[in-house]
Amino acid sequence: MKKFLAIALCALMVLALFACTASTTPATSTATDTTKTDTTKTDTTKTDTTSTQPAQNTEPEAKPFKVGVVLVGDENEGYTYAHIIGVQKALENLGLGEANVVWKYNVPENEQCYDKCIECVEEGCSLVITNSYSHQDFTQQAAEEHPEVEFVAMTGDKAKAVGLDNFHNAFTCIYEARYVGGIVAGMKLQQLIDEGKVQDKNIDADGNYKIGYVGAFPYAEVVSGYTAFYLGIKSIVPNVHMDVQYTNSWFDPVAESEAATALIERGCIIIGQHADSTGAPSVCEEYLTKKDTVVYSVGYNVNMLSVAPTAALTSPTNEWDVYYTYAIGSVLNGQKFDTNSAQGFEAGAVAVTELGASCAPGTAEAVAKAIEDIKSGAIHVFDTKTFTIGGEEVTHAFATDTDGDWTNDADEAIFDGYFHESYFQSAPAFSLRIDGITELN
Amino acid sequence: MHISKRDGIVAWKAWLVRLLAIVLALLVDAIIIFAVVRLNPIDVYASMFNGAFGTEKKIWFLVRDLMILSCIGIGLAPAFKMRFWNIGAEGQMLVGGIMTAFWMINFAGKVPTWLLFVLMIVSALIAGGVWGFLPGLFKAIWNTNETLFTLMMNYIAIQLTSFFVAKWENPPGSNSVGVINRMGDVKNVGWIGNMFSKGYNADYGWVAAIVLVLAVAMFIYLNYSKQGYEIAVVGDSENTARYAGIRVRNVYMRTMAISGAICGFAGFLAVSAVSHTISTSTAGGRGFTAIIVAWLAKMNPFVMILISALLTFMDKGASQIASDFGLNEYVSQIVSGVILFFILGSEFFLNYRIQFAKAKK
Repeated sequence: MKKFLAIALCALMVLALFACTASTTPATSTATDTTKTDTTKTDTTKTDTTSTQPAQNTEPEAKPFKVGVVLVGDENEGYTYAHIIGVQKALENLGLGEANVVWKYNVPENEQCYDKCIECVEEGCSLVITNSYSHQDFTQQAAEEHPEVEFVAMTGDKAKAVGLDNFHNAFTCIYEARYVGGIVAGMKLQQLIDEGKVQDKNIDADGNYKIGYVGAFPYAEVVSGYTAFYLGIKSIVPNVHMDVQYTNSWFDPVAESEAATALIERGCIIIGQHADSTGAPSVCEEYLTKKDTVVYSVGYNVNMLSVAPTAALTSPTNEWDVYYTYAIGSVLNGQKFDTNSAQGFEAGAVAVTELGASCAPGTAEAVAKAIEDIKSGAIHVFDTKTFTIGGEEVTHAFATDTDGDWTNDADEAIFDGYFHESYFQSAPAFSLRIDGITELN
Repeated sequence: MHISKRDGIVAWKAWLVRLLAIVLALLVDAIIIFAVVRLNPIDVYASMFNGAFGTEKKIWFLVRDLMILSCIGIGLAPAFKMRFWNIGAEGQMLVGGIMTAFWMINFAGKVPTWLLFVLMIVSALIAGGVWGFLPGLFKAIWNTNETLFTLMMNYIAIQLTSFFVAKWENPPGSNSVGVINRMGDVKNVGWIGNMFSKGYNADYGWVAAIVLVLAVAMFIYLNYSKQGYEIAVVGDSENTARYAGIRVRNVYMRTMAISGAICGFAGFLAVSAVSHTISTSTAGGRGFTAIIVAWLAKMNPFVMILISALLTFMDKGASQIASDFGLNEYVSQIVSGVILFFILGSEFFLNYRIQFAKAKK
């Protein structure tokens, strides 16, 4: 019996060996080919570069330029996907390719982030980018240790205070896009009012139309975003009130669906969001098409029309490639770049996605005009004439925290009649709670 | 076909079978890799190896993670040897981490550093110990189901962690504590630093040394102490233990307190030596992975270090493959999953003998 087993095992081994050699022999050749094609890929990208920009590639056999990108998720998660696309576009703009980038996917917000930053440095990166807020501290530690390498903590807020030469923060002026998203929602609301589709439950005791907002966390980035959205709506329909429901997560489809459901049940007729999943638009679609409830959704980051073809109006979105082209290009050319950077419509760093079929007529024109006005400075999103706190116009607000207690204590942000958002540093600073908005939790 | 239990297997044969299992796993993986993603398996394996051992730093990261995992495994060993299914290591580790963070945040610079460490360690041990003791107590007195009990204690610990993260969050609203004592007067206070080098987290010599000492201590405790013997007897048969005059209740409670305390200590290491922050992901599922570690190692602390090394190696390898070949991490997880499957499978062949019915005529 034992013998039989032994023979059987041997036979299996031999077979396996054969299978292995059979699969590996062609594999090794194809593999060397793939490695070759890999290098040739670099070469082709390089030759592409030389054909378009002959000046850039004349230096002899230097180490290939590399960017390390440390990501909190992977391409299956909308926020990170937008960053991946951004980096890829930036590389393309600069005539670089996949060979010039080291991707680190699914990096949690703990010491692993530090590990991955160090790995990027060891793999020869001259610039390392981390894309999540809570990666920031760990990125900074890597930056302290490697002054020869540039580091960017996207959406972070500490670089200015830390004062390291090689440590940067960047964001976009997404509040501009949210304001425009608010205009789209406002136009829709006006249309619903005109058509008499607004019901009593959609109006509160003071006669204001109810808006809902699914927010991630109660801090400046979100507050700035929902205020901009609210002011955008208000610029079209003056009597609105907004409820904000927090999920305490950036990405939690279930919690976002629940929050949206709660808001719709309260009678909200427009649902905005600052959270990364499709949870809220999906719920709106369900209510609109199956439960006969009038409610429309403004998403975030990605076009929501695929999950909410009738309920989705548009989504404010970041065009990260603008910043990435700037930062990667600067390092590539050996130039210094800003410690803080935040750009908006002017630079093409923010946008609103394709308008849904449900948008009110004339929306496209209104959007185009609003974007023009924001670019030209005719509109300021946080114009102090458009909002009040406790019934009073706001004349004073600080934008920066200098002593580390997370209460802003320096840099007067209100001058020339508006709050200067992302002006002193890239991270949003607007954390005033204005009249007309209630945080439910 | 007939399957029967083996009485035992010679050590060298056992290791040969395990080695064979790994070789077979690599072969199957090779086929999968080639069939699914059209990559050269050798390149992929090289990349895995590079991910774990590529540079000195990477080796330290590997050592750090495998030592923390071993530490939890060592904590689970006495409970499992007693056939007490402690699946609450995750929670025990978290409460240990909370206590550590508590002292680091509130008392850094206010008490001498040595005292701070004493407070951190003692409170982490106590917190983890309590988290283990409670299920032990309930089992001893009311014979509750320890699996459910320890599992539910995990959820309490996770909620507690969320609570404290919200309490200590920095900046407010961000839902993260950030790195504790990162700058200013209290820079790096309460951190277990480097053993050999300067700078931040350049090596994890202390973590390795501490866990190795712990492994030796646990080995001696389980195999050469009276209490260790009691644990073994209770694990084999409660009635035998009672007949021999062992106070089974006390053994349950004491052993679970020890088990929980060591897991709590792992939480201390994770916070003070490794991440310098606390979040619900501080344990990161390692409390559950450690169950595999303890089981595969048959509660032998030294083997645990080996198994942890293998698991950590595969984890690092998987993320390196994902990074090098632009693969989705799931593909790399398939690769390490196959290896794990074969290793677990080999245990079956070590414990059982398969006989094919011979047609006797």
